[in-house]
Amino acid sequence: MVYEILNQNELCTYYDLNQNPGIAQKNSVRADKFAFLDDPSIAQKLISFTDGKQTQVSFYLPQMHCSSCLWLLENVHKINRGIISSRVNFSQKESFIVFDNGVTSIREVVETLTAIGYEPHISLQDVSASKANKGSKERLYKIGVSGFCFANIMMMSFPEYFSIGGYLEKEIGSALHYFIVALSLPVLFYCASEFFITAWKGLKNKFLNIDLPIALAIAITFFRSLYELISGTGSGYLDSMSGIVFFMLVGRLVQDRTYRSISFDRDFKSFFPIAVNVLRDGAFMPVAVEKINVNDVIQIHANELIPVDAILSKGTAEIDYSFVSGESIPVATNIGEIVYAGGKQLGANIELVVVKEVSQSYLTNLWNKDVFKNEKQSVSVIHSLSKYFTAIVFVIGGIAGLYWFLQGQQLLMWNALTTILIVACPCALLLSSTFTNGNILRILSKNQFYLRHPDVIEDLSKIDHIVFDKTGTLTQSKKVKVSYEGLPLSSEQKEIIAALLQQSSHPLSKIVFEYLDTAPQDSISSFKNVIGKGIEAWVNDMHVKIGSAQFVQQDVVKDKNRIGSSVYVKIDEEVLGVFRIVNNYRLGFADVIKNLKSRYQLSVLSGDNSSEANYLQGVLGKDSELLFNQHPEEKLEYIQHLQSSKGNRVLMIGDGLNDAGALKQSNVGVAITERTNNFSPASDGILDASQFSRLGDFLAFAKAGQTIIMISFVLSIFYNIFGLYFAVQGSLSPLIAAILMPTSSLSIILITYGLSEYAGKRHRLQ
Amino acid sequence: MSIIILIAAASILIAGGFLMAFLWGVKDGQFDDDYSPPNRILFDDTIKTKIKK
Repeated sequence: MVYEILNQNELCTYYDLNQNPGIAQKNSVRADKFAFLDDPSIAQKLISFTDGKQTQVSFYLPQMHCSSCLWLLENVHKINRGIISSRVNFSQKESFIVFDNGVTSIREVVETLTAIGYEPHISLQDVSASKANKGSKERLYKIGVSGFCFANIMMMSFPEYFSIGGYLEKEIGSALHYFIVALSLPVLFYCASEFFITAWKGLKNKFLNIDLPIALAIAITFFRSLYELISGTGSGYLDSMSGIVFFMLVGRLVQDRTYRSISFDRDFKSFFPIAVNVLRDGAFMPVAVEKINVNDVIQIHANELIPVDAILSKGTAEIDYSFVSGESIPVATNIGEIVYAGGKQLGANIELVVVKEVSQSYLTNLWNKDVFKNEKQSVSVIHSLSKYFTAIVFVIGGIAGLYWFLQGQQLLMWNALTTILIVACPCALLLSSTFTNGNILRILSKNQFYLRHPDVIEDLSKIDHIVFDKTGTLTQSKKVKVSYEGLPLSSEQKEIIAALLQQSSHPLSKIVFEYLDTAPQDSISSFKNVIGKGIEAWVNDMHVKIGSAQFVQQDVVKDKNRIGSSVYVKIDEEVLGVFRIVNNYRLGFADVIKNLKSRYQLSVLSGDNSSEANYLQGVLGKDSELLFNQHPEEKLEYIQHLQSSKGNRVLMIGDGLNDAGALKQSNVGVAITERTNNFSPASDGILDASQFSRLGDFLAFAKAGQTIIMISFVLSIFYNIFGLYFAVQGSLSPLIAAILMPTSSLSIILITYGLSEYAGKRHRLQ
Repeated sequence: MSIIILIAAASILIAGGFLMAFLWGVKDGQFDDDYSPPNRILFDDTIKTKIKK
């Protein structure tokens, strides 16, 4: 459809400009989606200027990501003739549009943008990405001023450097010195202020941060130069001082830009691989969370997380906000009230109207809130080292300075002192782990393995025991063989059963529901979900129970020879029959296990019966432990047992539904999702079911990441030793030191980036 | 030769003018978007044809 629009308007160059122009184009806009923009008071909030004939508006379009987007958006006047001009600010993802009031309206402009795939993010509060800008402008000012002063000070120093035989008229010499000092003052007080402020703050809190040596170096150089100039003993080093400040600031600017591009990737390009049922064309179908629009109707099942702010439109809601606020007392919500993202529905199905689009970063923040973080913050070597780094530098500086002082070499002493303080750079130590992990997170997210936090990568690389849940993790919900044994079911009974099944998001419920293929009844009440056992409710004044044999009827004897899972059905005290489900193991299951067996200890925990023990034991090997008929608490205890008595570091892979406790207890808990909404805050990572077969690759990649961090760590130590070797001798000029420092950080960044990309390719993750 | 002092002062003033221009440009937001301008100059002018709507 986009192509038709483009072709019609001779805009086909769009596809020539980029390999992957645009992203998934939306369908044609629901007709009245933007009707609210016809209201002048609302439209007023978006308009920057209007004189009755022309109107200027600016929109925030987060979808633009390439030069084709830029081209298309600036040529949008060819699609909507009422638009006079359109100017894009790419780095802020904003578009400034001027349109003719008489020909088109703001609503039509927004509809045009949406139709070509760039739906404006309309928030009636002031929203834009310009918060980052203030800070970077300050830095640009400082860089401009310090660069100016640096260059001019150097120029002013030329006569002295180049004067033949040291001859320079005293008058001229002193005049030039005055200029130089005058130029260095803005550098010291304005441009270098951030170093002094941060160092001072650190000192106040009794913390030696990395700005302290830099601030000291600048101060020492300045005062020493001042002394030399005033007493006439030398020409000072103010050019080096301003050079130090200039290069430091430039280095920080580059670092900031790189950080920003990495975090942008994470916020806007990779999403939680969960899907929610959304009403499309009259039927509910799973839609990826990032594609939910405002005013969509979504359906949330029991125990599912609500991913967006929405208004309750159908059903009884009992929301558990413990994920958000820590309060686990459920909040009853009435129809018409707002339900907030992060809440978990405890009752039966509810339908909600979306009020705000999903905020990826909000969900990620919730996920990382302290409420759910285990107290297993491992203090890594790197962190503890950086605390002592500054102290070590001072000690080295002190020793070297003292040595030269005792030797009577004043010049060398000052040189050594200042260059030692500058050259020693802990940034590489801190940067390498942040950068590498950031890159690894990005690559993993692209492969649909979404981790909560960079720390998880380190935990992943240390595990030695993997525990699998069976149902829903090793087995899949698609292509299963279902058969029914028992009294024949009337269509009314089928509808009743379907109604109850529809409330549950358990894989077995979904399987039986699909098998029944009956439209469910609507009226259900007193829904109860007993985790690990079954579900019950009152439908049409009949009491229905669906679940395991024990749940449905206490005294049923378990048949040990049964293969597969059994789901019993009871209506009004009469057990009607049982659905037999033969488990269908995931594609590549045996290969994955074979791959992992050699490197890890494996176990399987299942709430199901032991009918498939032989098969599983064959695949997993004699040494692997298989435990069946596990309650959620027993799963948790097993993990604890592994950790405490065997000292294992456990990775648990489950479906996040009834093994939340076990997931949280394990060192790393991963929830597998089949495009459903079973996001469990107790998990440290979400893995899309289709990527299950690559588990081995993911783990190997995480390990490779740790190696890369080690390598860059070693490299940065080398650099420090190398630089300090020359600095201690006093043979390094402060200017060179100032250039070396940001260069080292830059090179570490590039190396870690390159190595992690390479590792990604090696593990077939790109 | 002491004219060199005057020359130095004058050159700093002129350079200072350029610095002011730079700071003015940053303040006005000229350097906020460093992606669009280089791409924009590469776009072709399309030959205008009348399209009946």
